[in-house]
Amino acid sequence: MILKQSLSGRRFVIISIFLAIGIIYVTRLIYLQLIDDSFIISANRNVLRELTVYPPRGLIYDRNGKLLTYNEAIYDLMVIPKQVRDFDTIEFCKMLNLPKEEFKSMFSKAYNYSPYKASVFEKQYSKEEYSFIEEKLYKYPGFYFQSRTLRKYPYPMAAHTLGYIGEVDNSVLDSSHYYKPGDYIGISGIEKSYEEVLRGKNGCTIMMVDNLNRVKGSFRDGLFDTMPIPGQNLYSSLDADLQAYGELLMKNKRGSIVAIEPSTGEILSIVTSPSYDPNLLVGRVRTQNYVKLSEDADKPLFNRALMAKYPPGSTFKLVNALVGLQEGVLKTATAFSCERGFHVGKLNVECHPHPSPLDLMHAIAVSCNAYFCKAFRAMIDSRKFHSVREGYETWRKLVMSFGLGEHLNTDLTSELRGNIPSANFYDKYHGKNRWKSLSIISLAIGQGEIGITPLQLANLASVIANRGYYLTPHIVKAIGNKKNLNPKFLDKKKTLVDAAYFNIVADAMLMVVEAGTASSAKSDEYKICGKTGTAQNPHGKNHSIFIAFAPKDNPKIAISVVIENAGFGATWAVPIASLMIEKYISGKITRPDVEESMINAKIY
Amino acid sequence: MVTLYLILVTIGWVNIYAAVYSEEHKSILDFGQNSGKQLIWILSSLLIALTLLLIDPKIFNTFAYVIYGVNLVLLILVIFVGREISGSKSWFGVGDVGIQPAEFAKLATSLALARYLSAIDVKIQNSSTKVYTFILIALPVLAILLENDTGSALVFTALIFMLYREGLSGNILILGLMMVVMFFATLMIDKLIVLGIITIVALIIIWFVRKNRKILWISIGLFFLTAGFIYSVDYAFSHLEEHQKTRIDVLLGKQVDLKKAGYNVNQSKIAIGSGGFAGKGFLNGTQTKYNFVPEQSTDFIFCTIGEEWGFVGSLTLLGLFMGLLIRIVTVAERQRSSFSRIYGYALASILFFHITVNIGMTIGLFPVIGIPLPFVSYGGSSLWAFTTMLFIFIKQDSSRLNLL
Ligand SMILES: [Zn+2]
Repeated sequence: MILKQSLSGRRFVIISIFLAIGIIYVTRLIYLQLIDDSFIISANRNVLRELTVYPPRGLIYDRNGKLLTYNEAIYDLMVIPKQVRDFDTIEFCKMLNLPKEEFKSMFSKAYNYSPYKASVFEKQYSKEEYSFIEEKLYKYPGFYFQSRTLRKYPYPMAAHTLGYIGEVDNSVLDSSHYYKPGDYIGISGIEKSYEEVLRGKNGCTIMMVDNLNRVKGSFRDGLFDTMPIPGQNLYSSLDADLQAYGELLMKNKRGSIVAIEPSTGEILSIVTSPSYDPNLLVGRVRTQNYVKLSEDADKPLFNRALMAKYPPGSTFKLVNALVGLQEGVLKTATAFSCERGFHVGKLNVECHPHPSPLDLMHAIAVSCNAYFCKAFRAMIDSRKFHSVREGYETWRKLVMSFGLGEHLNTDLTSELRGNIPSANFYDKYHGKNRWKSLSIISLAIGQGEIGITPLQLANLASVIANRGYYLTPHIVKAIGNKKNLNPKFLDKKKTLVDAAYFNIVADAMLMVVEAGTASSAKSDEYKICGKTGTAQNPHGKNHSIFIAFAPKDNPKIAISVVIENAGFGATWAVPIASLMIEKYISGKITRPDVEESMINAKIY
Repeated sequence: MVTLYLILVTIGWVNIYAAVYSEEHKSILDFGQNSGKQLIWILSSLLIALTLLLIDPKIFNTFAYVIYGVNLVLLILVIFVGREISGSKSWFGVGDVGIQPAEFAKLATSLALARYLSAIDVKIQNSSTKVYTFILIALPVLAILLENDTGSALVFTALIFMLYREGLSGNILILGLMMVVMFFATLMIDKLIVLGIITIVALIIIWFVRKNRKILWISIGLFFLTAGFIYSVDYAFSHLEEHQKTRIDVLLGKQVDLKKAGYNVNQSKIAIGSGGFAGKGFLNGTQTKYNFVPEQSTDFIFCTIGEEWGFVGSLTLLGLFMGLLIRIVTVAERQRSSFSRIYGYALASILFFHITVNIGMTIGLFPVIGIPLPFVSYGGSSLWAFTTMLFIFIKQDSSRLNLL
């Protein structure tokens, strides 16, 4: 009995052991559940997935409200490898039109990326392909479609200007928190320069997922979700009709047309030729087409209007005339003789036959080389300046105030600055202080080292049209419903030449068209002012250049036309510019014969 | 006890529902789901319970060896004709439903031990009694080990508590507990350090007991025994199967592999830890509902409770279990028949082991050993077996005055 008693007391030992474990466990639970917060974070990381909701990208219209770019739904075929069950691969490949080996490599690529996370199996099926495949897709668990949008272009034009979108690259991913791999971003043109406006703002929904990454529902009924903000529509300053007409005229030619509304700086048309159909760089065919285009000997991807620089030839005489007038080395009545050119020592600058001597207006009208060589020397060697260098730098400063030799800071991407050589350049070339006005005399007639882009040429026409100032050229007129644009586009940029002198040059330009080298541009309805030019081309036939604006008073359009390898400026550039002006101002073409010959001309 | 049982079973059912809950299967009565099936198990368990309460309690004493024998045969049979589920060949397939004889082995062995040890002429102090007791336990353990169900086999070690109550020397209990501590210590810390500590402790003890030769020799003997044990653990561990080794390594924090073996425990800890004080609310557990925690309706059911009901919920459940264990022990003590008392202690021991190991593994204090949480985990065999065990005891207690 004593034994019994003592053994019965052992229950307390046993109960104590039970309770000891109980206490250890409670302590552990206190630690896990009450003290350590890291588990809550881990649980959230496990289960919460932020899904980006893409807003529709803004549309692009032309200045008259014609739609230039819109969005079209496309479908990416996604796969979550772990959810894929055995299936008939032959049938599957047949459905997708895929060779079996390719299927295998695509699938293992997705598997290697992550067996549990979704990855793009095949990109960008069209709506038709999508509806065909989607019907049968239920047979293949683990595969599903995700819709994206692609840009579409109802008119195959202005490819360079509109630009294109593509997946973000690593450099963007490194510098921006906004984009994730696979996101689209504007890569060139308007798409790039107005990316932030067009893209809107991504929304975010927080979803809960299970261990296989399957979406199970929204977190707290979307309490923390943000709505996407749609991209804003853009109104481009382009005139779609004019643009299309310009591209038609430039068919089978190399060169460019840039047309600007002088009073606003709005770009009406910007043609570079050869170009391409913007729809080629969209969707699944893009990579393939891009390679083809970039290997094309005609360089259709090269935007000549912004990136090609030419010696401006005789069109530059306008600038030299204005600079001379401003500096007082020229007067309207200043006359120089021409001996079939300009001849000093061994230097000969040829000129064509014409009456001599000439005053300034007539010198512009007949584009006398000798006159402008003499005027240039008078400018650079003027006694006002202590040295050739000072004379040149004064000249250069005035020239650059026309928006030449520097970026215009438009809203177009890949715009080049052209080149107005610095004094230092000549120091290097000829040796310090070892050059004089004669060494750089080719600048007098717009040849030599000088380089100007077609956009800058059009802007030069715009400057003269405005009699002394320009508004920074731009391609977007309005963003969304707001009319206010970047204020820099409303700012008048004055040249360093007084307005009064521009009237003299404008009169001379009128004379060029009415009775001079560009008489083929003459119109009965309005007065066109213009100037031809021929850019010397060491590699082949010279480039034909024409800049113009019209009407003379209250100009509506300023234009530059460059046709490469077309020879003398008047032959090709003048009629094409005049057709563009006519098309824009009156909306109809009175000279169908000229139009036809221009369209049909093949110039390489 | 009946009330505690009903509460626990209900908690189990509700949380199994929460564990398998999904938008597609909203009904708790969906019999395609574990929650629906568990209801069937619960109802049939209640039927079993009722039956047990109605029949003559003496029958268990009488047929204890028969039940033991039949069970042993089944245990062996299952090795040959059983169905293999997750590496253990311990299931009899009956249509869609599996029956695990190992679950009932606990009951059968408890009965047999109670029968054997309650015999008047049997004293546990006798060596022969020890041998027979050992054999009674060892036979089913061996069979279960052959079924490759280590978890269930380990459960039988808990019977040491019952044996201790029935007169087994306290030293053996201490030795057993020490061995568990040593086991973890050896694996967690370098064996030489453990050995060093043991040596220092032993030297101190020897210094104090140097006068008493007998205790001195015992101490020295114990020291060498412990050292030997440490070496054998180390040796055994290095010869363990790879997956078992990893599980233990993960538990000890020696190896952190969150994607593979550590995944279960880690996700389980996240589930319980993210429950906080009050939990995420019924059916709002993200860890368990979205399958981050494996086997959440069976072995990891405690996660669901910890996550959805928080500290409050897990404390409540732990409290209920503690209450049940203490209640069983107390009730066992008041039995007049030693059969009932022994059986009661066996029941408490086995329940204790299950609870300790199951909850311990979910909170990362024990290696992952696949044994269910009594009354709560999903599973017919386990629920039936535990119900039967508990209600046999309840019946014994209710008729204790008639039994001797
Ligand atoms: Zn001349």
